[in-house]
Amino acid sequence: MADELLTAEHLVKRFDDNTVLDDVSLSVKKGEVIVVVGPSGCGKSTLLRCLNALEPIQGGKITLDGEAVVYGSKNLAAIRQKIGMVFQSYDLFPHLSVLDNILLAPVKAQKRKKDEAAAEAMKLLERVGLADKAKSFPRQLSGGQKQRVAIVRALCMHPVMMLFDEVTAALDPEMVREVLDVMLNLAKQGMTMIIVTHEMQFAKAIADRVVFLENGEIIEDTDPNTFFEHPQTERAKQFLNIFSFERSKKDEKN
Amino acid sequence: MPDLGLDVLFKGKNMLRLLGGLWTAVEISLIAVALSIPLGILLGIIMTSKNPIVKAVTRIYLEFVRIMPQLVLLFIVFFGSTGALGWNISGELASVIVFTAWGTAEMGDLVRGALISIPKHQYESAAALSLTSAQTYIYVIIPQTVRRLIPLSINLITRMIKTTSLILMIGVVEVLKVAQQIIEANRMTSPNAAFGVYLAVLLIYFILCWPISLLARRLEKKWG
Ligand SMILES: Nc1ncnc2c1ncn2[C@@H]1O[C@H](COP(=O)(O)OP(=O)(O)OP(=O)(O)O)[C@@H](O)[C@H]1O
Ligand SMILES: [Mg+2]
Repeated sequence: MADELLTAEHLVKRFDDNTVLDDVSLSVKKGEVIVVVGPSGCGKSTLLRCLNALEPIQGGKITLDGEAVVYGSKNLAAIRQKIGMVFQSYDLFPHLSVLDNILLAPVKAQKRKKDEAAAEAMKLLERVGLADKAKSFPRQLSGGQKQRVAIVRALCMHPVMMLFDEVTAALDPEMVREVLDVMLNLAKQGMTMIIVTHEMQFAKAIADRVVFLENGEIIEDTDPNTFFEHPQTERAKQFLNIFSFERSKKDEKN
Repeated sequence: MPDLGLDVLFKGKNMLRLLGGLWTAVEISLIAVALSIPLGILLGIIMTSKNPIVKAVTRIYLEFVRIMPQLVLLFIVFFGSTGALGWNISGELASVIVFTAWGTAEMGDLVRGALISIPKHQYESAAALSLTSAQTYIYVIIPQTVRRLIPLSINLITRMIKTTSLILMIGVVEVLKVAQQIIEANRMTSPNAAFGVYLAVLLIYFILCWPISLLARRLEKKWG
């Protein structure tokens, strides 16, 4: 169990009397890429938000790197430095340039030297093909560019793992690829990640494990080949059918 | 050409005196604005609190200061403090107190509005980046709030400058008061002075407030 980076045991999350996560347990090994799929409203975003204590939980326990992650606790800021998170909505700070967006947390939260952090930020921007945008403001970027900057902003904190919540869901199709490629590269470099996505081809390509969530419960937790080719449960089959149905309809037209 | 009484303006130091009166009005507005902005920001942050008592108290303060005519507030503070409390405060000080109380309330409401218009995910992404809530306010929320606020608070300043015309009622010698004095002094020689002098006052207010309004509109376009 020594190589487990993040564990969530018996998580229970309620909004008033609506139970959104019901006894969810999940563990992530160092270097593992976990893709979480499931129908809309099943609790995927809530799960990720609980993992870095953006939401309080009503039961269960979360441990990152041996430390308990507790909503509202004093060392939460220190723990969050280890978890990078990118959301679906473009969440760059609109009043700061791309570079200042990236540097804010390293300089203010981690008290790093600005020069050193800026040099690293430029290297990371270069890697995602956006070095020339360092001085631009978020409103001057496309959706795909914003998401790549958001990823760089998280990476510049040197997180031990990353959480991605449908980071391509709000993008025009032609921009999806550039963002997914950045994530594929991260996976190659051995970054530990939990990814929520509706891009099934991408899930198949990147996942070490697929977690299928429905109604706040983990129904399947297995390797991608098993999940996509031989789903064990009826509900997972139905869920995957939604995607293949779309494809066969297009085929008919042609 | 009819006698508009404009000649009075160029007699002796009359123009300078009018400008001196204007300076008094501007000075009082500026001090009140300088105090209202930090106090209003504080009040605005307090007003976003979820505590119902805090909410109610600040709401009542806001409504009270807004509903009361400024002139009544000026009288209460000026005559009230002298009569009831036995303090002898100057008209200028009373004006600064009233304008600051009013400016703080208006500013507080503007700040509250600007704060709640910042989307929730700005707070969340700052938190996810491990910024503390103080850091989130200082580096993320307040700078965005200020951008939305600056044009609105500039408008508040012009409203304040205009409203200073009331403070002659508690004996402060500002533009309008100087104008009355000039008209009085020249009653015999230029009976039509009232028109010319008040016209000058109107122009003075316009020349002062118009560029400020223009600036506010430009900033609103730029940052809005
Ligand atoms: N702040 C909140 N207050 C009340 N209910 C909420 C809140 N956030 C989420 N919920 C509810 O929790 C459930 C799970 O929401 P969640 O956003 O986690 O779903 P999801 O799996 O991410 O869906 P999607 O694929 O549409 O993003 C939904 O029923 C939603 O209405
Ligand atoms: Mg979601």
